[in-house]
Amino acid sequence: MAALFINVEVDPALAKDAAAVKKLVEVCPVNIFAEADLGLLAIVEKNLDECTLCELCLQAAPAGAVRVKKLYGDREVLVRTD
Amino acid sequence: MRFYEYESKQLFGRYGIPLPTGSKVAHSAAEAEAVAKEINGPAVLKSQVLTGGRMKAGGVLFADTPGQAAEAATKILALTINGHAPRGVLVEGRAPVKQEYYIGVTWDGFARKPVMICSDMGGIDIEEVAETHPEHIAKRHFSTLLPFSDYMAKELIAQLAIGGAELNQLSRIAAALARVFIAHGLTLAEINPLARLEDGRFVCLDGHVDMEDDARDSQKAILKALGIAPEEKRQARPPTQFEIDGAAVDAADHRGVAGNVVEFDGDLGLVIGAGGGSLTLFDAIRKHGGRPANYCEIGGNPSVTKACELTKLILRKPGVKKIAVMMNVVSNTRVDIVARGVIKGVIESGHKPADKIAIFRIPGSWETEGFKILQHYGVEYCDRTVSMYEAAGRAVAKMQDA
Repeated sequence: MAALFINVEVDPALAKDAAAVKKLVEVCPVNIFAEADLGLLAIVEKNLDECTLCELCLQAAPAGAVRVKKLYGDREVLVRTD
Repeated sequence: MRFYEYESKQLFGRYGIPLPTGSKVAHSAAEAEAVAKEINGPAVLKSQVLTGGRMKAGGVLFADTPGQAAEAATKILALTINGHAPRGVLVEGRAPVKQEYYIGVTWDGFARKPVMICSDMGGIDIEEVAETHPEHIAKRHFSTLLPFSDYMAKELIAQLAIGGAELNQLSRIAAALARVFIAHGLTLAEINPLARLEDGRFVCLDGHVDMEDDARDSQKAILKALGIAPEEKRQARPPTQFEIDGAAVDAADHRGVAGNVVEFDGDLGLVIGAGGGSLTLFDAIRKHGGRPANYCEIGGNPSVTKACELTKLILRKPGVKKIAVMMNVVSNTRVDIVARGVIKGVIESGHKPADKIAIFRIPGSWETEGFKILQHYGVEYCDRTVSMYEAAGRAVAKMQDA
């Protein structure tokens, strides 16, 4: 079943950056990010709804490269802008 | 955790409480015969089961010779009582009884202290004595921090107009029982009957011990000495499939607690907990005339998956029409995470959250976020301005239309 509450989007360029991918995998406490073949980023869909909105992924990536979208309420998007 | 009679007596014996001669558990007719030979006199043989009604079921037999003891043991060991197979047969010497007494120590939740209860009418249900002959009951609370002296027991027993050597002997036994209770984290230590024999001696004819489950860790040494294995849970009945599945939900994910369920035959599924909230809410549901389908404990900070799986389990239970999701005010449980899990569980079970969730009342950490989710799915929710009692009432009211 697709995620009901949270979606995460990552800039395609960042998803190909092996070092950035490793960092995202390391910081997420609920394993939303995984390292696929060739060091590419994979989003683990079954874990999306476990997102605790901790924003560690936003801090680990360059500003604007990761967006956490709430799929309820006013559909707020969490993104780092600095 | 309940103890078998023989275990209770072994524990009492360590504190100097007098036991009948022999008082050994046998697992075969030959062992029973050997104990009877040691006793060298009339014996009583008692099935070791964790259920009542032994006497009526034929689980208590008398023997005058070792041969008769072997025969009696064979019968008892083959006898299942209320679905319980015997752990063994307790063989004890039988002596003429002049009078039976009751001494018990239990926990008084209202006073938040242990209470000792004594009566000179033992051998029957103490609740019955309290109702029909209250003048034959004496009670006193005591501290768990201060030592329990023989004198404190003497003051109590003297209230029953018992004096002389009888008072001295009873006081020592009662004080020892209080010490057993405190030393081993018990919720019940009871001798009923405590017999005064014709020769003036006192012996514990039957004993009951319940240990607080949470005390098992600190009581490892005595449990090991009594032969009680760590994996023995000693529940009053075997768990149902629903309860086993709930435990599996809990065990599958280390985050938080969700899945510790007990099954009932009602129609309102409960996802409840937090700081004694589960008991309070369960009682509130009953008070409002509701029929819980289960008792539940949810707490810590369960994952979405865990809350989801618990919800699915409860909704799968035949006869469940709606669920009520209620907790005390929570600080370390994320309201939004529980809301996500419950809603997900309802949707994955093929229902609409607004139809299946009678009420959602979890105030606390991240509640604003949680309420946004609930609002999005049209689920009725309330914050801490609505008491747990009132929330339970709202849930029960919704069941009328279910």
